Amino acid sequence: MCLGIPGEVVELLGEDLATVAVNGVKRDISIGLLDGVKVGDWVLVHVGFALSAIDEAEATETLDQIKKLGRVWDEELDAFKETAIR
Amino acid sequence: MRFVDEYRDPAAAKSLVNAITRLSGELGRTLRFMEICGGHTHTIYRHGLEQLLPEAVEFVHGPGCPVCVIPMGRVDDAVWLAHQDVIFTTFGDMMRVPGTGGSLLQAQANGADIRFVYSPLDALKIARDNPGREVVFFAVGFETTAPSTAVTVAQAAKLGVENFSVFSNHVLIRPPLEAILGTGGLQLDGFIGPGHVATVVGSDHFQFIPAEHKLPIVVTGFEPLDILQAVDMLLTQYSEGRCEVENQYARVVRPEGNEAARRLLDEVFATRETFEWRGLGYIPHSGYQLAPAYAEFDAERRFTLPGARVADHPACQCGLVLTGQLKPWECRVFGRGCTPERPIGTCMVSPEGACAAYYNFGRLHREAAAIKL
Repeated sequence: MCLGIPGEVVELLGEDLATVAVNGVKRDISIGLLDGVKVGDWVLVHVGFALSAIDEAEATETLDQIKKLGRVWDEELDAFKETAIR
Repeated sequence: MRFVDEYRDPAAAKSLVNAITRLSGELGRTLRFMEICGGHTHTIYRHGLEQLLPEAVEFVHGPGCPVCVIPMGRVDDAVWLAHQDVIFTTFGDMMRVPGTGGSLLQAQANGADIRFVYSPLDALKIARDNPGREVVFFAVGFETTAPSTAVTVAQAAKLGVENFSVFSNHVLIRPPLEAILGTGGLQLDGFIGPGHVATVVGSDHFQFIPAEHKLPIVVTGFEPLDILQAVDMLLTQYSEGRCEVENQYARVVRPEGNEAARRLLDEVFATRETFEWRGLGYIPHSGYQLAPAYAEFDAERRFTLPGARVADHPACQCGLVLTGQLKPWECRVFGRGCTPERPIGTCMVSPEGACAAYYNFGRLHREAAAIKL
């Protein structure tokens, strides 16, 4: 029950309600905990509420870091395996 | 699925594991990291992360499963409430939690009108649709979930829905961590911080962990790559001689959290003098009750609850599992007396409970790993 799922805001309904699409399923949720929600925004949905805005740039940044981190170590490891001092 | 699938890339996981293995080897000792949140425990077992990582990195499961920490006496109160000619509404997770005289599921089979809801707003709608019936919402959860209850109560007040009340079992994240760190019995090297609680309280809320307890914490997302990256970040802090709060889940968590949600918490709730936790006993200022301005929506005032304190089943060792002192498979009833189908303790009930997660997923990975060895 502590889980949150990313959903895309597809329509604002007024009175702090919005329709979000989660993996193709549409449902009405409350946006009463979040200011400035717009159609097209991605939000974290928890028990029927938008709890936080998902930051696209940060999401990309995190993935880039993960990939870069892995790559640097992999390259290092490959290089290590290649050493042939004797 | 966007913002989910890309954090499950097996190739990226493999290279992250290589990075962690190298770093762990350089540090040359075992490091024990507590994942506070039950959602993380679930991901760790579901994706077999324990088996991917070197033995010198150990996960210790924490107290952050809100279903698991509810003590038996409160479950009994819920079952009692459900039998008071009310419509009793609850998240599905709470249905199979055993009370002294059975669970809510059994109460439902015995005729109590108990209904699952996905959201507290669903419970309020049931109240508005049934003006002749009392509707009680069984509220559980940390600061992640409490704001949703707060909005719902404020809405009920605004609309004048008189037949709606809340049985609040909302709890705060900091007091149990202080309790665990204060005992000194558990040797920990850092924390995988609870990402969804942090959306509300903010990553800065955890500054007390490095400042007062000299341990690093990385606020973390819930996909496998998130957790692997968090482990790498914790090890890197050790490698570079740093000890601080870092935010791996920056796509969702801000340092200051959700200020609107926190304002609502302050308005609608008041902190209890003390609250009982399964396995941790009474912890001061660790639970929320409705504030005086909203007292009319408090089920504990509307009904005279038995409120008995009930000891756990004598065979149950959930308390030790919840405080990281025992691994699920080390519990004396794990998988024998206690299974997800017939749970004795709460940790075997919720999908976020360490025992249920291990029973359903983890042991298969462990067995597979043992065969490979």
